[in-house]
Amino acid sequence: MNLDRTNKTNAKVELMKQYFLTASDEDKLWALTLFTGRRPSFKVNRTMVKEWAAEEAGIPMWLFQESYHSVGDLGETISLLLPNNKVDGSDRSLTEWFRYLGMLPGMTDEEKHDHILQAWMQLSQHETFVFNKLLMGSFRIGVSQTLVVRALAEATETDSNVIAHRVMGQWEPAGTTFEQLILDKGENDNASRPYPFFLAYPIEGDVSGLGNPEDWFAEWKWDGIRSQIIYRNNELFIWTRGEELSTEKFPELHFLSEILPNGTVLDGEIVSYMDDKPMPFNVLQTRIGRKNLSKKVLEEAPVAFLAYDILEANGVDIRGLTQQQRRVELELVHQKAPSQLVFNLSPLIDFKEWAVLRELHTLSRQNIAEGFMIKRKESTYQVGRKKGDWWKWKIDPLSVDAVLIYAQKGSGRRAELFTDYTFAVWGEDGKLVPFAKAYSGLTDVEIGQVDYFIKRNVLEKFGPVRTVKPELVFEIGFEGINESSRHKSGIAVRFPRILRWRKDKKAEEADTLEALKGILEMYR
Amino acid sequence: MPAQSLLQFTGKSIYCAVADAHIDPWIPVDRAIITHAHSDHARWGSKHYLAHKDSEPILRLRLGQDISLQTVEYYEKFVINGVTFSLHPAGHIIGSAQVRVEYKGEVWVASGDYKLENDNFAKPFEPVKCNVFITESTFGLPIYKWQPQHEVMTEIDNWWRQNKNEDKASVLMGYSLGKMQRILKNIELQDKVIYAHGAIYTLNERLRQAGFDLPELTLVTKETDRKLFRGSLVLAPPSVDSSTWIKKFAPYSLGYCSGWMALRGAKNRRAVDQGFVLSDHVDWPDLNTAVKESGAEKVYVTHGYTSIYARYLNENGIEAGEVHTMYGNEDENEEEEVVQDISAGTEAYQQHKESLDEEITINSKSTIKSPQQGI
Ligand SMILES: [Zn+2]
Ligand SMILES: [Zn+2]
Repeated sequence: MNLDRTNKTNAKVELMKQYFLTASDEDKLWALTLFTGRRPSFKVNRTMVKEWAAEEAGIPMWLFQESYHSVGDLGETISLLLPNNKVDGSDRSLTEWFRYLGMLPGMTDEEKHDHILQAWMQLSQHETFVFNKLLMGSFRIGVSQTLVVRALAEATETDSNVIAHRVMGQWEPAGTTFEQLILDKGENDNASRPYPFFLAYPIEGDVSGLGNPEDWFAEWKWDGIRSQIIYRNNELFIWTRGEELSTEKFPELHFLSEILPNGTVLDGEIVSYMDDKPMPFNVLQTRIGRKNLSKKVLEEAPVAFLAYDILEANGVDIRGLTQQQRRVELELVHQKAPSQLVFNLSPLIDFKEWAVLRELHTLSRQNIAEGFMIKRKESTYQVGRKKGDWWKWKIDPLSVDAVLIYAQKGSGRRAELFTDYTFAVWGEDGKLVPFAKAYSGLTDVEIGQVDYFIKRNVLEKFGPVRTVKPELVFEIGFEGINESSRHKSGIAVRFPRILRWRKDKKAEEADTLEALKGILEMYR
Repeated sequence: MPAQSLLQFTGKSIYCAVADAHIDPWIPVDRAIITHAHSDHARWGSKHYLAHKDSEPILRLRLGQDISLQTVEYYEKFVINGVTFSLHPAGHIIGSAQVRVEYKGEVWVASGDYKLENDNFAKPFEPVKCNVFITESTFGLPIYKWQPQHEVMTEIDNWWRQNKNEDKASVLMGYSLGKMQRILKNIELQDKVIYAHGAIYTLNERLRQAGFDLPELTLVTKETDRKLFRGSLVLAPPSVDSSTWIKKFAPYSLGYCSGWMALRGAKNRRAVDQGFVLSDHVDWPDLNTAVKESGAEKVYVTHGYTSIYARYLNENGIEAGEVHTMYGNEDENEEEEVVQDISAGTEAYQQHKESLDEEITINSKSTIKSPQQGI
């Protein structure tokens, strides 16, 4: 299966589908292990592997490093450097390779050396790359889980919602079989397994376009961490979006195991919560990513769970019920629980007309919300981002359209690319005034295109900085804005980031410094 | 005072003071010796040019019909103020040459760009014995090892064939000068009609008029019936993938021929369907072969991974220095050659502008605007 060969989604799904139709069950399970980011560790020291590869390629270590720097990926670098004349490569299956690699942990370094070299010598360049990825990789293959699920659903002729659910949760290839995991009808369902999240689409046009307001629920859109809380077989699991099991990170919520009935799955938002109300996301941020949650951290950034949906009740998957029916179930579960501040329902907004909602929407910031979630009362709970039933109506971020005027090369993997940009708006004298630097926010493809433009439109060089022909326009979002005497623009913005590339705008159409000062006035 | 070296790196050219002649100057000079017609080597404004005769059609196309240009054959000696010059095949593109410079028994060779594999169009590279060898190093890292040409050409054949089966156009990007002629000479021409972008068409016509054996191409125009592209091969310069020009070929598969396609990252960034690793520069093994065969006791490295390759040579017993004043510029790589490909560049740019104008008029007409944008 060569997913590298194509950038096209359908072609990728087709390739995977063919694989799932033809490979052995064991191979399929291993493939799924990789696709869902569950590669086992084989305990090899990367530095040693580098040295073995350099030795095999007959080049000094510094030249290996230079090559690595240019390629940006260790597995690929090695595959390019090794002497290679095998075209056909090996015919071992994925399972056999995993078995082969599985022997590594018990070996001495010398045995590891021989074992790995023996594999390298049998493989073609592309296979060596894949082997190295299995060996040490972060195995990113350029396919999203959604696509894998789609392929698998098509291949097994199973509903994709069911498949999406089955590949989630905690499982290891050693502890299960393809049959158990994918084909069994729910009996072996793993207790921790979450449901795929239903995601909302940004609303298009005016909210009144949704039709009769009576058909809809509206809730605040909380600025927290989307989470699923599962209580099954007397065990509590907390999953966050991005499929991470984060039970340990939220000790405040562990008491839910005492109040939820067995076989309950709730969907909602974990927010930081103080004095009976949610706090901005940056408070929560202070504890994300921390290994040790000290007492101090827990006191300074306590959390609460705001529930807005229920997906499983009494051990039954109720995603097929309507939003309205599920809300009733949810309220039931909540009522039975002793009143607890840290387990709340996300309240439904009372509105009969869109005008009321529009009015309230302007108060989002005061309510520490990002706007509204609008959900169709008759809708089931679906998988992934689907248009039609769940909409998010976000408040405008602070943003301006600005012109790219300076660029600098990035570092690491992106060392060859211009990835650090400075943006400017039009000053009163008709000159561009730089006001923000931003690095992130573009896709890899866009970065490539911007880089391509920059390399062809350099006006001047100052050390590593290039002045670029002012032509590309980007929408730059930021979190806050302040006056600043240190900046030429007289303004400093907080956390600037690229929201999107305005290919539809010419440089002349970018915003002015005056507009930026207008925003400053508004938020002072 | 130590004796002045025969060739010097002035930052603007490789300069021979005794003959007062510049090799591949970046600024206008009186006397310019041009290794080949790529625009990072052949630049405007010099008073007199000297190049291989096969470079003439392109040089005149790019630098102007009326430039003062003297042409020579390979191996033909010409003497300027006691310095003997001759051009030798470099195998890079049509008319490309290494410049051999001899004075008082000392021989220097400036390689220009070169490759060792015979591409069946340019006269193949021949090693020239010298004391000092000035080599390019565009792909001077051990990660670059080209497959044999026939394998890549077979890949292209198969790709085209498959697209044909799927009734798709095969849009193949590559440098108009060099790469495209190499492709045309080595792939299987599955159709009588091969379509081409203006930049490639013009070059091809010019070369055909000059008597080179190349197949006739068909220019893609606004009027060309789009249905005709189904299953056809369309040759395009690398700048078209972000332009609207390419949209007219839908459904199509996009291929790109370049040495840079050896790296997955480069391939993904270009977002092409199929990358073909095909370069007109030497790869690592051939670079080392060329250096060895030159017999040079001193090597200067330009144009690419200069410091890395110079260090490698020094560690392997060959005295080497890096020259970054001229080509060793970080932005200078194979891809840059196309930037200078003015005909293609301006056209693509013009198209981009026009499409922008169109979109803006459309946008300003519509008053419905989405109030919310998902971030
Ligand atoms: Zn060249
Ligand atoms: Zn060049």
